[in-house]
Amino acid sequence: MEIIRNFPAISILLCLFAGIVSSALKAKGAGRVNLALILTEIVLQIFVLIQTIALGRPYVYVMGKFPAPWGNEIRAGVLEAFMALFFCVIMLLCMLGGSREREKELEAGKQHLYYIMIDLLLSSLLALVYTNDLFTAYVFVEINTISACGLIMIRQNGRTLEASIRYMIMSLLGSGLLLLGICFLYDLTGHLLMSNIKEQVQLLAASGNYHIPLIVSLGLMSVGLAIKSALYPFHTWLPDAYGYSTLSSSAILSSLVSKGYIFLLLKIFYRVIGFDIVGESKVINVLFVFGIVGMIMGSLSAIREDNIRRMIAFSSVAQIGYIYMGFGLGTAEGVIASIYHVVSHSASKSLLFVAASGLTDASGESCRYPDLTGAGYRNKLAGAAFTVGSLAMVGMPVFSGFISKLLFSQAAIGHNFKMLPTLIALAISTILNAIYFMKTVIRIYTPPSGKEEMAEGRVIAAKENKRKSAALVCFIALNLILGLNSEPIIRLIRSGLEMFG
Amino acid sequence: MSRKVPQEQYEKTFSFKFKRWLDGTKDPFLDTVEMVPQKPFQETEEAAARRAGDRKRIAERVYDLEHNRLICFFKRFYKIMSALFCIFLVVMLLEAVSWLPTVGEADKPVNNEVSARYIENGLQETGAVNIVSGMILTYRAFDTFGETNVLFIAACCVMVLLMVDEAALKRQESTNDRRYEPKNDTILQTVAFILCPVIFIFGIYVILNGHLSPGGGFSGGAIIGAGLILYLSAFGFGKTQRFFNEKVYTMAKVTSLLMYGLIGTYFYITGANGMENHIPLGIPGHILSSGIILPINICVGIEVACTMYAFYALFRRGGI
Repeated sequence: MEIIRNFPAISILLCLFAGIVSSALKAKGAGRVNLALILTEIVLQIFVLIQTIALGRPYVYVMGKFPAPWGNEIRAGVLEAFMALFFCVIMLLCMLGGSREREKELEAGKQHLYYIMIDLLLSSLLALVYTNDLFTAYVFVEINTISACGLIMIRQNGRTLEASIRYMIMSLLGSGLLLLGICFLYDLTGHLLMSNIKEQVQLLAASGNYHIPLIVSLGLMSVGLAIKSALYPFHTWLPDAYGYSTLSSSAILSSLVSKGYIFLLLKIFYRVIGFDIVGESKVINVLFVFGIVGMIMGSLSAIREDNIRRMIAFSSVAQIGYIYMGFGLGTAEGVIASIYHVVSHSASKSLLFVAASGLTDASGESCRYPDLTGAGYRNKLAGAAFTVGSLAMVGMPVFSGFISKLLFSQAAIGHNFKMLPTLIALAISTILNAIYFMKTVIRIYTPPSGKEEMAEGRVIAAKENKRKSAALVCFIALNLILGLNSEPIIRLIRSGLEMFG
Repeated sequence: MSRKVPQEQYEKTFSFKFKRWLDGTKDPFLDTVEMVPQKPFQETEEAAARRAGDRKRIAERVYDLEHNRLICFFKRFYKIMSALFCIFLVVMLLEAVSWLPTVGEADKPVNNEVSARYIENGLQETGAVNIVSGMILTYRAFDTFGETNVLFIAACCVMVLLMVDEAALKRQESTNDRRYEPKNDTILQTVAFILCPVIFIFGIYVILNGHLSPGGGFSGGAIIGAGLILYLSAFGFGKTQRFFNEKVYTMAKVTSLLMYGLIGTYFYITGANGMENHIPLGIPGHILSSGIILPINICVGIEVACTMYAFYALFRRGGI
């Protein structure tokens, strides 16, 4: 159908409109607008996905009267539509799961601002997914950065203010490097449209002209986006930002914001530079090494952690390491594994955050381990969900994490130099994951012995917070679907990646 | 026919006062303007010593530097490494820049069909004499809509950080100087009384001529915002809120952004589907010309002015 061609553009504009309208509404109205917006977006993305699958090729959509190199352009393919749909679903579940916390932790006069920021964040995620123009991507990276900052600091206590300042400094450094990279690339090619840049870059690479600035620009963009998505040595902003902000913020930040940047990096690799040129450059080896180090160091930090939410946050560092390691392999198989891991990590990490908040609710709002003893009995659904999330993270069969680890090892086999480090790092990291996640699972299913711990905790039935329970059930189902029915999704990703470049 | 003026009457005239001021016998500011010299900052010796030692004491208490040699080492290592890293980055970027195409060369990659069309056909296609306005508001209108939303979200973020409830403001009034209003400063008020209308008119001129001359919504809006801030600092919140309070702010912001969004959406959707859009381009050079640029410039101008003012007001007392 011809009208579906408009849906990607409409979905981005709709988010912006919703944000603008929400600024004139009270908290309740803004919340309703936000819910309606996310549901509408899901429907729109389903249409786009079905159409792109039926079409079998990506299509470009000119934003305005003027065609590509002069005007703005967005492009929709299978992979883009799938990612957009997935982001919207996760966003819906995160917002659903954290609604009680938002009411409790945010100032009443500022709740509508939270919804504005969520609307604009969604718009920037969709724009990063769909855009075919490097500068549009940068503009929406700005929106993404500022709104993510707001999401952290809207729960105002000392830790979140400190975390948001740290996040802002690191994130702006990343934006700056990205912008520098784009400037270099524009100077070399004279274009901002991704497809045109790629043509020019292929010519440059063939002739060997301007080799040094090209590599520097690729390096600047990779490092900039790596800082923003918390690759290992740049992860210092992450634990506080995820650990102390309000529940839906930390779930959204860990599962969507960093993934949006990773998707943009993938787009730069495939559509702007060309993956063969990226593979030849040394930049990719740097990402590989940092990814591997991150896989292990993130897990080690998580083991040392005494606070369940910070533990989950540190586990993100390790999982981001997996994704960059997949990019670093430099093969299409590795990239497919990374994309699958983006999906599975988003699903299980947001599940873990929501489940952990259910557990802490049953333990007198305390995130510390000793207080969580036996929390799985006090809040049965959250306990079960946390167990599912942990198993998915560790990589047990049946759950989503297993498939991505399988894909990573399959991608690594047959690689000359990188096979051994990848497999060893995967093995070590899996064991470390198991140590800290199983430690927590055992802790929440140990019957409490001391008296003071029992006094603080209270039993929470699933009915008490229906929205959170519904979100948890949906998350569990999503993880099981990703784990049990991975074949069509991998096929989808593969076909999407073929038409991505 | 001349007439003798009595001495008392003469002393009241402007020319007498002016002559006295010229001679230096009378200072016009004396007894009319309150000027209290600031008290010089005096610090007792022990307070100074305590202040100097604070940092050291805190560092010792937090890090226990006596026993933590590792942290001492790390601090030094960190300083050296960050300096080295910055030098490395500077050298690398300079090296990379030196390999870039030379500025001003005719066959630079940037001089391609994109800029050629902007320069050659920009006037006919957008109707704007100012090619830059035509470029950012017609060819790349979507980017600029995103950019305007960056301002919007930035204002929201500052609100999250600094907005204070009216009730809480009242409670804090005695202990906090958030409500502090400047004394009625005659010089500032007189200057603001003369300048503000000029600034507003100049801002409106810059916005309305965005498609004809350098300027446009962003710069004109900034000028109007500066005028509002000047008015606010001269006359205080009470007077400013009579014409610009939170309700007006929200209305103006939402209306301008929505207008921009609607115009933009109409333009994108019709353009993308190959439909005719019914926005006339007009005759280039006329004030009512250049299609969507003029209304968009007005919307952007209002949004930018509101944001500038909101930043100032939020930082000053936590409310608009």
